Amino acid sequence: MSDVIAVSIWRGRGEGRYVDYEVPRLDSQTVLDVVTYVQRHLDPTLSYRFACRVGVCGSCAMTVNGRPRWTCRTHVEKVVADGRVEIGPLANLPVVKDLATDMTRFFEKWQQAKGAFTPSKTRHDKVAHIMPASPARVEVDKAIECINCGVCYAACDSVRWNPDYLGPAALNRAWTLVNDERDAGNKARLAAVAAAGGCHSCHTHQSCEQHCPQAINPTASIAGLKQRTLGAYWSGALT
Amino acid sequence: MTLRLYLLQRLTAALMVPLIVGHLATIIYATHHGVSAAEILGRTRGSLGWALFYGLFVLLAAMHASIGVRSVAADWTSLRGRPLTILMWGFGVLLLLLGARAIYAVVAS
Amino acid sequence: MSGLNQRLHTAGHRRDLFWVAAIVHRVSGILLACFLPIHFLVLGLAIERTAALDGFLKWTELPAVKIAEAGLVFLLAVHLLGGIRVLLIENLTWRPSQKRLATAAIGTAGVVALLFFLRAL
Repeated sequence: MSDVIAVSIWRGRGEGRYVDYEVPRLDSQTVLDVVTYVQRHLDPTLSYRFACRVGVCGSCAMTVNGRPRWTCRTHVEKVVADGRVEIGPLANLPVVKDLATDMTRFFEKWQQAKGAFTPSKTRHDKVAHIMPASPARVEVDKAIECINCGVCYAACDSVRWNPDYLGPAALNRAWTLVNDERDAGNKARLAAVAAAGGCHSCHTHQSCEQHCPQAINPTASIAGLKQRTLGAYWSGALT
Repeated sequence: MTLRLYLLQRLTAALMVPLIVGHLATIIYATHHGVSAAEILGRTRGSLGWALFYGLFVLLAAMHASIGVRSVAADWTSLRGRPLTILMWGFGVLLLLLGARAIYAVVAS
Repeated sequence: MSGLNQRLHTAGHRRDLFWVAAIVHRVSGILLACFLPIHFLVLGLAIERTAALDGFLKWTELPAVKIAEAGLVFLLAVHLLGGIRVLLIENLTWRPSQKRLATAAIGTAGVVALLFFLRAL
């Protein structure tokens, strides 16, 4: 095994190119470690985004050897192919510079999917009792650990082919709120996710499910929304 | 794709499952006995049952295929909005007319 | 969309079984949609006279046409099973076992389609 890794990193904006670097191989080295090494020792003008380095903040996602991944929790050893690693920005998002993408549209779509909690009570009411084993809460638990990293969004060909599609993350978020017994915004939320570009634009490629670093299954959440919107349509709550 | 198109697409799909199984079985049976116009027409001519079977099949297939073509065109071409709707209806009506003519040909002519 | 990556950095997902299943479903659908009008037109030949349809069916005895026919049966079977897969994923409640179920459906689709293909040849 060679003691260096041949690293190619995307430099520039939309029109850029991959630039080659050599990075010493270390034990338990993550892809983020590799990017950081390049920036600290080889080229300080390299731009990338990270914060927590422990898989909580969701800001360091990049494309690694053709697949979107959270780089701080991805060991180089696991992804290196023939001693090479290619690191690019996340797909389906505009590139600000190098490895940093502009996630504005991604988060706008969370708003569009009514991803914000709508309270049904005030601070003067009693705290709601939600049984952990209740079916609705079990559904929420399956989908709630999203860290907003954008990996599913970058892996999704439905987003690639239809830029108006809300995408797996925003719809998964909507699904957690649809199942939140305390939330009062479901009428507007179901209308939002049933509109053009909503849950019915999902073609069940299941790439989100295959790539989610938190092992969430957004395809299942979106399927849940498809069922729930149909139910609302039948009952006349959605027109 | 919006809710109503999605619903129609899935509904026609589910309804066609038994029809397609029947169609495939007929194809396999027919090819094993040699396809001829006499064989096909002997089976279908004047048969209300086959007329209903194929009539429903054509109707469902026309709806299903036209919505599907619209979805694919929305993803893989630059068509948006009105042209997409025209494409969907145009293809659906074409299939319906040709299908109706085909059924008339094998059942009633 | 301006400023979007000119280059498709992400392509690895297109090697995943589920993605391939979805694309096979879509492409078989497109090909069936292209075939349907022709299918209806040929059957419509019977309107003129039985001989016209028989003339066409004679032509279908050619080996190349036989293979194309088997291909159509194959497409219909694949599209049917792919569609059942989508309906199951969209309408059943997801359990951990469901991923295996979906994969089993894809596998069955392949095997059954192949059987159709071989028999029809």
